[in-house]
Amino acid sequence: MRFWIGAALVLVVLGAVTATVQYEYFFFAGYTVLMFIVLSTAWNILGGYAGYVNFGTPAFFGLGAYTAAVLYKATAAPLVLQIAAAAVMAGALGFGAGLLTLRLRGIFFAIATIALTVIMETVFINWRYAGGATGLQLLRPPPTAPFDSYIKMLFVVMGISAVVSVVVARYIERSWLGRGLRAIRDSEEAAEASGVPTLRLKLFACTVSGALMGVAGAPMPMYLSFIEPASTFNLNYAVGALASPMIGGTAHWLGPVIGAAVLSSLQQIITVTVSNEMNVLLVGVVLVVFVVVAPDGIVGLFRRLFSRK
Amino acid sequence: MSALLSIQGLSKSFGGFAALSGVSLQVGAGERFGLIGPNGSGKTTLINCVSGLLRNDAGSIVFDDEEVSRLAAYQRTRRGIARSFQVPRPFHSMTVLENLLVPSAYVAHMKDAEGEARAMEILKSIGLADKAAAHANQLSQVELRKLELARAMAAQPKLLISDEAMAGLAGNEVDEVLAILFKLNESGITIIMIEHIMQAVMRFSQRVICLDAGKIICEGTPAGIVKNVDVQKAYLGA
Repeated sequence: MRFWIGAALVLVVLGAVTATVQYEYFFFAGYTVLMFIVLSTAWNILGGYAGYVNFGTPAFFGLGAYTAAVLYKATAAPLVLQIAAAAVMAGALGFGAGLLTLRLRGIFFAIATIALTVIMETVFINWRYAGGATGLQLLRPPPTAPFDSYIKMLFVVMGISAVVSVVVARYIERSWLGRGLRAIRDSEEAAEASGVPTLRLKLFACTVSGALMGVAGAPMPMYLSFIEPASTFNLNYAVGALASPMIGGTAHWLGPVIGAAVLSSLQQIITVTVSNEMNVLLVGVVLVVFVVVAPDGIVGLFRRLFSRK
Repeated sequence: MSALLSIQGLSKSFGGFAALSGVSLQVGAGERFGLIGPNGSGKTTLINCVSGLLRNDAGSIVFDDEEVSRLAAYQRTRRGIARSFQVPRPFHSMTVLENLLVPSAYVAHMKDAEGEARAMEILKSIGLADKAAAHANQLSQVELRKLELARAMAAQPKLLISDEAMAGLAGNEVDEVLAILFKLNESGITIIMIEHIMQAVMRFSQRVICLDAGKIICEGTPAGIVKNVDVQKAYLGA
């Protein structure tokens, strides 16, 4: 119950902020933070719960973005439809890639997911209709009422996406699905011997995770009014989606949320005050510190502190 | 006695190495069956083929009147083949109780409350109840072995394969685990015991098969097996 009140409260606050704050850059930066909450939460479903480290975040994110862009170019479909289509396409990619790669374990799976990103980028570099290597300029439609600016609308849309992805992740974590995924992470052989259909469960996690990453990517073309392969399939998305759960904690749905909020807020601040290069360095440093000092992340750290008392 | 498990002409190779060649055996319902053999003789490969962790190259495995050799491991567990692992593989991020909830959710399809009650019963009968809330990584060696058996029991098996559940344990601990296995057998569960500790196998089993280099070299009563010349040769060399 507390969770649902909290979720509703978050949406109310987002709405209130949109109605009162006039400073556009706030929404521009806030959108990125919310987007990384979606990406990290999605990543954690496969990477955190099941322990399958996925470097392919840009592939799913990028496919989502390109699905939205191409759909918009072809039919001028509204944003909601773009997001739905992106979820379907990225989910299908998750299912298909999962079928091919989820029999691989550990480092081999991770390598296969990097390859997936390269493949997807190559496909879109060579697809003329989607703009090829030079990219695609998109003209934003006017914002839908009650919003007075498109960026505020995207901010709220991403806020809703974040809440939805947390609800999905939390449901999985607390149900028998989460218990099965954790069993897979601890010992795949023992999980099978305990009746857990490991391949099916991993496929499910990979599909849901992929679909949510697609959702995170879908509004990107409208956010930038532009899309091109190199920045869309950028490895920074993989690093961010992986680093945030590590920093926040992978065992609990709150981990990726806290991790992404802290990390990408810091990144935004450093990008503005210092330089864009520094923020990449920051991710590396923070990640190393957390792996050494708090291997269970911020959530794990708090739990340890509380249980000591 | 009707056969619960019937294996015919089972073969499994790894590259050019034949780990099992043409193994045939039958285990009756309710039987206590011992599987012995020197290191590398194919014991673990055999039970990996039965439990589904490995696919056999040739031959058939009929369990409870159903051919299971093409089924995935989890499907075989759901049909009633449970196993423990030689090197304990607990779910280390979970408590002892939660370890048992995995099979009770996925095999017995129990809700958590029901599963917990049943899991506590199993833990009590196995002498692990006081550790229910402990994390698996806080357990001692003998407790880990018991957890392996307890988790296998939570899958409500008809056949329990115990893979060296006693290796490395002290004398009184061996007796403890042996007593558990006897108790499980009395409750109607067929048990295949794989063991290096001869004394334990001999005390436990009604019938013993000895494997060497992937073939059955001898089958009989415990007393008969130890007198067999081939078995002595396989173990001691000659």
